[in-house]
This record gives sequence, structure tokens and C-alpha cells, in this order.
Amino acid sequence: MGAPATPPPVLTARSLVKDFRGFRAVDGVDLDVADGAVHALVGPNGAGKTTLFHLLTGFHRPTAGRIHVGGRDLTGKSPEQVARHGVARSFQTTSLFPQMTPREHLELALQAGTTLGWRFWRSDRALRRFTGRALDLLDQVGLAAHADEPAGALAYGRKRALELALALALDPRVLLLDEPTAGMGTEDLTRTIELIQRIRAGRTVVMVEHNMSVVAALADRVTVLQAGQVLVEGPYAEVRRDPRVISAYLGDAHAAH
Amino acid sequence: MILSRLTARPIPLITGLLIALALPWAIYPPVALDIACWALFAAAVDLLLGHTGLLPFGHAAFWGGSAYVTGLIALHAGLPFPVAVLGGAATAALLAVPIGYLSARLRGIYFAMVTLAFAQVVYFAVNQWRGLTGGENGLQGIPRHFFGLDLSDPFFFYYAGLPLVLAGLFAAWRITRSPFGRVLTAVRDNPARAQALGYPVARYKLLAFVLSAGLSGLAGGLFAIGHGFASLDDVYWTTSGQVVMMVVLGGIGTLWGGTLGAALIVELNDYLATAGFQEIGLVTGTIFVIIVLVFRRGLWGTVHDLLPTPAPHRTPRRPASEGA
Repeated sequence: MGAPATPPPVLTARSLVKDFRGFRAVDGVDLDVADGAVHALVGPNGAGKTTLFHLLTGFHRPTAGRIHVGGRDLTGKSPEQVARHGVARSFQTTSLFPQMTPREHLELALQAGTTLGWRFWRSDRALRRFTGRALDLLDQVGLAAHADEPAGALAYGRKRALELALALALDPRVLLLDEPTAGMGTEDLTRTIELIQRIRAGRTVVMVEHNMSVVAALADRVTVLQAGQVLVEGPYAEVRRDPRVISAYLGDAHAAH
Repeated sequence: MILSRLTARPIPLITGLLIALALPWAIYPPVALDIACWALFAAAVDLLLGHTGLLPFGHAAFWGGSAYVTGLIALHAGLPFPVAVLGGAATAALLAVPIGYLSARLRGIYFAMVTLAFAQVVYFAVNQWRGLTGGENGLQGIPRHFFGLDLSDPFFFYYAGLPLVLAGLFAAWRITRSPFGRVLTAVRDNPARAQALGYPVARYKLLAFVLSAGLSGLAGGLFAIGHGFASLDDVYWTTSGQVVMMVVLGGIGTLWGGTLGAALIVELNDYLATAGFQEIGLVTGTIFVIIVLVFRRGLWGTVHDLLPTPAPHRTPRRPASEGA
């Protein structure tokens, strides 16, 4: 691509609306996520962050508005179609296959880009072609030592790490992380921030995040949502000084300190 | 590769084969064939119930549909019986495409009810189309052509039919341990996650449904040849219920458990019918309730837990433990 001064947005949403039986969860949101940026979505509970996430990944169909990724219209596409267009997501609460091991999780994720999954007449040993790459990815997120334990038995922080590895395995152009540090202690938190810094290379990351120190450490741009609408959008340093944001959201956090 | 996998646990495999070969010596041969057919039917249903997380309540459409098609082929085309059975199985798989397409996106009880509804449509179609199906009389006098061999003795016919059943059971086993089977496990345990990885979940369920229907058809077609007739019972909803009962008795998600469930129910039905007992459902129902309450993981799951675990270095692949 010919690169203009500011990179073109890789993900855009225009006038997105989502109604749930009369309740408007997302109300005319415009979003431009620059190629290669880490873009944080913040806002008080009920601001519509997760709904927006579900819209961007095809889990909800927008009531109105359009979504483009890399110039392609993904409005109303199914989650698997969105995933196949290079948009991978993690889930807010860990969402794994409890009986599979981390290695099997990653083999499954790597297989998703091939047609091997349809071959019901082959032995599942055919999946071994992905084992090397699977173990690499597990190593990246610090799970190499736990590759063959059932995922359901992993400690919480490790489950979250496996979530990240799963999204990474799809080698996505846009990575959407739904509260990647939710419920984490300081140690896991630091490790996760480092990890996201490492994996953002060559990708665009959109993250819903409550923890302002994580946003400060990672985000190039921040969109603040309130009551389903965009309140402010800009670099973190500007957004945190914005009086509307302070009263709507950061004000509470500051008061608490 | 296949062989090394199968022979990794030679004792259960050899025991199973020996029992299958010895069965018509131990029990009345036609009953032995019934057990073999229902065992394959149960394994086919377990592909959906245990390995995909779908409860099918209309598989009589595929078992019975194949029984009629197999019978018609054998009656009118004079082909060897395995060809007729394969024709029936292929028809069942074909019939499963539209039914599966319309039902596979539903979950839980909705899936069960919609498959039941379609099966009832098949039942009424078979019942109404008298010219072809014989209506309430069924399809009588289905021959057992096999290159001039006399297979009229049920004892010999058991051995003629057994390879088809074993091939079907092998296919079911292979499917659960294939790359496709791995995706099915994911679809069963966390469909949203499987979708987020890029797997078209509804289409995977559809293929599982079609494969399950094809194997059910293999079993139903052989059953019809074995009995020499196809009847409305084969497409009636009680047949759909009975096979689900066998899978639950044997252990959901165990694949081989259905074989035990089939043996138990078929033997019991035969014993009670021979004894002139009228309320067979009362007895099988009571046993069903007791086994489900006492052995939560079914007969196979319970036996499996009691046996010593084989070589620990092999990756444990137990498709369904407690929660399935």
C-alpha cells in the first residue's frame, strides 16, 4: 500500500446502531482504527463497549450502520466469516474448550485456516503438522510447560494467556481483545501488558479495557463511550484531561485514588 | 497408521471381535443380527448426541427410510444385498441434507423437536405411498441375493452382514478421531469459540448429521434385509426414541457404549416378547431409569472407570466425561 502521512484506517465503523427490544445499546458510533495502532475502548459499565465488540466481530448484527475492515464491507457477516477476513477476537470471560489441552487448542486454531477440518476420514494425527507452530505460540505466551494439561484445569492467568495465544494463532490483521486483563493480579497484569506490546507488531489491536494503567501503557488512541455514543476520541494524554471524560468516567477513578 | 492406532489397545479390540464372531452361537442368530444393526445405529446417533452435542429425535427417518429403499432395490433390481444396503444408506444420507440444513442451526430441545417433526413427515409419506411401500403391510419378501449363495439361514446371514456393521462402526470410530472429529468436539463444547476461530459451525453440524444419517441407513438397510421386510415400525418415532435410549444406557459419547445398550434392549425385548409379556415398555423403561440414576456415565462409562487406565503416555482422549 502507498503510505500517506497518517496510516489509513484498517477498521471503520459508520453510524453503528444496535437496538435490543427498544433499548439502544449502541447509538450511532463512528470509529476509525488506524493501521498498526492500539486502540482502546473505554467507558463506564453499560456504555456499549461489549455490544460494539460483538457488532465488530459478527456476533451481533447491527440495526443500522456499516463496518469495513481493510476496505471490505463486513456488515452483517457471520462470526466465522469475520474471523476468516483476518479479525480475531478474545472473549471477556475465558472461553475455552475445557477438555482439550492448550496444544490441542492451538492445533485447532491453526487448522481453521485450512480445509483439514473437513476430512473426517483422516486420522487426527494429521493435526501434528501444526504441533511445532502450536508449541511456538504457547512458548510466546509462557505456556510451553503446560502444553498438555487439560485447559479446564489451568490457573486463571494461564487461561487468559491461552485466550491470547488462540487469537494470535489466526495471525489476524486486526486483533480484538475484550478486557484482556480483567480479574488479574499485578504480576499477571505486567506480564500481559508486555505480551500485548510484543504481539502488536504488524497488527492492529482494538481492546476494551477498564484498567487505566493498562490503557496508558498500551493505547495509541482512546475512544470513550457513554450511553452507547462516542463521548471523546483522541490520544490517551488528551482524553484523560478532557473535562467531559473526567466527569463521566475518569472522574470516578480519580476520586477513588 | 490406522492399524497401529487400533492395535494400541489390542485386548478390548480382540475381545470385541471375538464376541461379535461368537454371538450367533450364543444367542438366537436373528437376534444377534438385530443387536449388530442396533449397535451400529446407536454408534451413528452417538456421533451427534455424544460428539456434536445434538440430540436427534428423528433418526427413524434414516434407519427406516433406508430400510424401505434397500428393500425396494433388493426386490426390484435383484442386486446383491450389500449393494442394496449401500443404496439405502446413500439415500438416507441424501435425505439428511435438507433435514439437517433446516435443523442443524437449532439447539437442544428445538433441534430434537424439529428432527422429530421431519421424521413424522417421512412416516406419513411412507404410510400414504401405498403403491410403493405397501402402506400398513410394509414391504414384504425382501430377498437376500448374494451371487447365488444361499443366505436364507439367519446363522450364515449374520456373518454375511457383519462386515457391513464392522465397517460402519469403524467409520464412526474414525470420524470421532479425525481432524473433523476434533472440530466437532470444539463445536460441542463451545460453539461461539469455534466460530470465532473461523469454523462455520452450522456446516460442520450438517456434515456430522449427514454422516450420522448415512451410518444409520447402513444399519437400517441391513436390518430390513435380515428380517426380509420393512415395516412402518422402522420409520415410527418409537424407533428414534429407542436408539437414543440405547446410547444413554451405554454411555453418551463413548461410541462403543451404544453396543452394550443395544445388546441389553434387544435381548430384553426378545426375552419378554418370547415370554408373552405385554408391557415391554414398562420393563425397559424401569431399567432405563435405574441405570441412568445409578450409573451416571452409562454402562460403558462405568466399566471404563473400573478398568485400569492403559499406558499413561498416550494422550487421553475421552470425548465425553461427566458433563456431556
